[in-house]
Amino acid sequence: MSRRIFKRTFSGPDTDMDTTAQRKAETERPEPSGPFQSAAPRLTLSGISKSFPGVRALHNVSLSLYPGQVTALIGENGAGKSTLVKVMTGIYQPDSGEISIDGQATTLPSAHAAFGHGITAIHQETVLFDDLSVAENIFLGHAPRTRLGTIDWRTMRKNAREVLETMRAGHIDADTRLKDLGIANKHLVAVARAMSIDARIVIMDEPTAALSMKEIEELFLLIEFLKSEGKAVLFISHKFDEIYRIADRYTVFRDGEMVGEGLLKGTGQNEIVRMMVGRNVDHIFPQREPKIGAQVLSVSGLSHPTEFDDIGFELRKGEILGFYGLVGAGRSEVMQAIAGITRTSRGAISLDGKTIAPKSAADSIEAGIVYVPEERGKQGVVIGLPIFQNVSLPSLKRTSKSGVLRLAEEFSLARSYTERLDLRASSLSQDVGTLSGGNQQKVVIAKWLATAPKVIILDEPTKGIDIGSKAAVHGFMAELVAQGLSVIMVSSELPEILGMSDRVVVMREGRIAATYDNKGLDAETLVRTAAGIAA
Amino acid sequence: MKNFLKYREIWLLAGIVALIGLISTRFPGFADPANLRQVFNDTSILMILALGQMAVILTRSIDLSMASNLCFTGMVVAMLNAAHPAIPIPVLIVVALLVGLVLGAINGFLVWRLNIPSIVVTLGTLTIYRGATFVVSGGAWVNADQMSPDFINFQRAAFLGLPMLSWIAIIVIALFFLVMTRTQIGRSIYAIGVNPTASVYAGIDVGRTKFIVFCISGMIGGLAGYLWISRYVIASVEVANGYELNIIAACVIGGISIAGGIGSVGGAVLGALFLGIISNALPVINISPFWQMAISGSAIILAVVLNARGERRQGRIILRKAEAA
Amino acid sequence: MTDTPAPRHIPDRLDKPLSSAIFSWEALLVAIAVLIFAVNSFASPYFLDPWSLSDLTFNFTEKGLIALAMALLIISGEIDLSVAAIVALASTMMGMAVQAGAGTPVLVAIGIAVGLGCGAFNGLLVTRLGLPSIVVTIGTMSLFRGIAFIILGDQAYKGYPESFAFFGQGYVWWVFSFELALFLVAALIYWFVLHRTSFGRRVFAIGNNPVACQFSGVRVDRIKFILFSLTGLMSGIASVLITSRLGSTRPSIAQGYELEAITMVVLGGVSILGGAGSIPGVVLAAFIMGLVTFGLGLLNVPGIVMSIFIGLLLIIVIALPIVWRRLREGRFA
Repeated sequence: MSRRIFKRTFSGPDTDMDTTAQRKAETERPEPSGPFQSAAPRLTLSGISKSFPGVRALHNVSLSLYPGQVTALIGENGAGKSTLVKVMTGIYQPDSGEISIDGQATTLPSAHAAFGHGITAIHQETVLFDDLSVAENIFLGHAPRTRLGTIDWRTMRKNAREVLETMRAGHIDADTRLKDLGIANKHLVAVARAMSIDARIVIMDEPTAALSMKEIEELFLLIEFLKSEGKAVLFISHKFDEIYRIADRYTVFRDGEMVGEGLLKGTGQNEIVRMMVGRNVDHIFPQREPKIGAQVLSVSGLSHPTEFDDIGFELRKGEILGFYGLVGAGRSEVMQAIAGITRTSRGAISLDGKTIAPKSAADSIEAGIVYVPEERGKQGVVIGLPIFQNVSLPSLKRTSKSGVLRLAEEFSLARSYTERLDLRASSLSQDVGTLSGGNQQKVVIAKWLATAPKVIILDEPTKGIDIGSKAAVHGFMAELVAQGLSVIMVSSELPEILGMSDRVVVMREGRIAATYDNKGLDAETLVRTAAGIAA
Repeated sequence: MKNFLKYREIWLLAGIVALIGLISTRFPGFADPANLRQVFNDTSILMILALGQMAVILTRSIDLSMASNLCFTGMVVAMLNAAHPAIPIPVLIVVALLVGLVLGAINGFLVWRLNIPSIVVTLGTLTIYRGATFVVSGGAWVNADQMSPDFINFQRAAFLGLPMLSWIAIIVIALFFLVMTRTQIGRSIYAIGVNPTASVYAGIDVGRTKFIVFCISGMIGGLAGYLWISRYVIASVEVANGYELNIIAACVIGGISIAGGIGSVGGAVLGALFLGIISNALPVINISPFWQMAISGSAIILAVVLNARGERRQGRIILRKAEAA
Repeated sequence: MTDTPAPRHIPDRLDKPLSSAIFSWEALLVAIAVLIFAVNSFASPYFLDPWSLSDLTFNFTEKGLIALAMALLIISGEIDLSVAAIVALASTMMGMAVQAGAGTPVLVAIGIAVGLGCGAFNGLLVTRLGLPSIVVTIGTMSLFRGIAFIILGDQAYKGYPESFAFFGQGYVWWVFSFELALFLVAALIYWFVLHRTSFGRRVFAIGNNPVACQFSGVRVDRIKFILFSLTGLMSGIASVLITSRLGSTRPSIAQGYELEAITMVVLGGVSILGGAGSIPGVVLAAFIMGLVTFGLGLLNVPGIVMSIFIGLLLIIVIALPIVWRRLREGRFA
């Protein structure tokens, strides 16, 4: 039943005969009976190279995608994954190499050409059009037409409803503006769009990055649906549990080269990690002997009209306090309020026994509380400024003398912190935008540490950075608390929470659900508390 | 909530009705259908121009050169008419559209191929096109007595009770409505304003769409050039000097977001009408026309303040939130 | 891979190849200025006379003063289209004061204060209400000049005191006019503020990423407010100079100056998108625009045609590096 609806939907009323016939032939071609049948690849990239001035992004890489199968693309940040996605979607042109679809050599000279071949990418957050309706988001660029050649809104709405229903997403109103939907529903719309263009190759670029666990489950159902529809799926993620859960095959990239591929079944996690980093890495959290001192920060009854309510906790000297919860539980919002970025309606914050009421980030920094934001690109680094100027930005009062800059001071400040974090850069005058994500994060952390804070709040400090940088950040956190700093770490990664925290606060729907001592604390308890499931 | 755009235009419409009502208390004849027709006719050129500018602004660009384009094209058409009075008016209109198209295409090419921000490109062509008017005319004016009667009377000819100028405006409005809501290019224009990155992935050629949009605003500028010259029956280098900002003002009052992606044909038309009503009303209610500039300035500021309130993002709602699953 | 746990030493800066200085924006502007200077001196025998060179400077000093502040504003990611209207309103207010019998010091104070007030008004609208500056200042542009029109209509204020004429017509030493001296001093101050103080650093940072700046404890709104006020202040000062030079006030005074000032800023290498630019560039651009206008004037080219050259110069100078880069990469389409 559902299949029929799709076919009707996708061969629009005025599609010319040739394509209709062709599409029909394609959809009716016998599919492999199971996902692990060795069918012919739908898309093959071979010998692809792509360089930018000074950077070799891809070198002689190959990748195959099979109908009805999910291939995971794995690699550290900067391994060339996003460049490859851009080659596949026609945004970048490879310097050399071949692309073939269904065994036919072809080129993808533009995004439009890739679109024409049924290649579609679903990105983290920014793929769709917030101010347009759901129906239009699904059909933009290939809307059904009336006989006059104008857009047929009525058919478009009807078709949109049908597509959504087939995906068991009938609860989404086709007329809603996209901005009024949550992220999970936006994903559904993105997939609906892929379905509607009769996409044959679907690229999912870290689709789970901003999703809660429940939403991730829903996304996986969708991917299963895409598989059952015979789509070739490329799934890009940093998270191994997700990869093993959903993918059939894997391809590993390292430093712009393809270093391994095969069936996931029978391939161990360690084997893949070894390929990724070219060495054995057992990510071990730093061993430390916490020396917890007196109370430094205390928060009580902190409330906001819509974001959080009655937040109270305390932080002691030399302590790492983990904040766990689902994405959207209000953790970042609480931290931004403590850091003076947003206002609160009620509640008190006191630092070293003195009540503070920060009205801006400047006030908090002055008091000794700094917040390292989650969104590195938007809120952390100032791309366009060199590394040393990024580091000195919140400390300009100290590095300048009555308002006049002293570059030597700035350089020495920047050097002392970036070197401690093992920053990889050719010089401190390099634009921070030319660094990899992990190194940018080091600059951001250096920037905050340079203000000599008493309390440092790290919001998802290792999100989206490679394993090497992760270890550097964790090691440094341990060093900081050993020196008597106090750390609040907001994280959605259980190993990180369990591996680093002394105590863990769990938030749920804007409130504190529980606070645990991290002794014998198990992951299950945390997950259950965060999700509100009784033991 | 979901038809928020319409909501905004209804408020603008209500504001205009209230304005007409207010003026009528001082000058009862103002709300007379005949007078309102006159106001509409007087505002026709601004409405057409605002629509062209709207298309540009929707794509997160701006065209500061429209008034200079109008001036140049108007001069070309007027000189052509003065030299060859036999050329029929429809041909002259096509010439005006083509000349405007070329000027718009130059803007569009620089934005598309060289990636120069549109504000810089059109700031440059703003002065170049007006300077070029001087070059082609040698600084001379084309006066009413040099223009053929057809040239002057074409837009004044009544058809079904409305002058041709009004009909042209109505046709342009209808065309824009059709293009913006019912065609691929129209929806692409909105899409690249809302999210340029996503548009690229959706297979829309952002650069080419911007190019087309500048071609549209160029053609509109050219058409308005003929209409302006034949209405005020003088072509000179000074024609419509500084008018580019009135056009943008009409768009802003009409609720078209300078950040792109938000705005409608109805909004642009109403924004222009609002300004037109004020300039028509001031003389009849005995306020010095010198007040007009300050009034439209205040209207712009008020409109931006109101629009910004509507667009302001609300904070996340986490508490007591039942996730729509 | 990384067997050396000892932190690596990161140098402050790498030695820049000489080519980067040669191909800098300022070098390009110097070359253009020299070229135009040479062409002018060949084309007209009167050009190299010190007094004609001195006259030349009047072509850009007033707009240049506005452009200095505008440069900071544009670097911070904002823009002010109302500057010429501020000049008109300040001039009108000075005219009213003259009618009331005010003396020169009072006139100057009024001109500057009105400018500052208008700038602060723009700043309040943009920072307090969070409105886009391009639209706000299109509005205040009509409002400010509109008020001048309401007050003056088609009249003009004349009768400025004789001592007032010094600002726009006086010379401090030999051929160096007060206007030029003021422009050079202001350029020096603005250079220092933008390139040598923490305030200037924050201006650059805001232009590149205002959100990250706010998170980093930079008081973004306060700095933007100061920049709008400064732009108003400079417009007020320019108004004093123009009114003094012309000796009269009409509401249409300084029409179109906003676009010329912005052209100067952009020609000077300031990114219209914010975050990059330099004061030397803007000063050079001011000189170039003065040279072009004056040189063509000597050749009896009418002013309106000169504007073609300015417009072309703007587009060509911006396009040139882009075309050059594409040609080198061999992918000019």
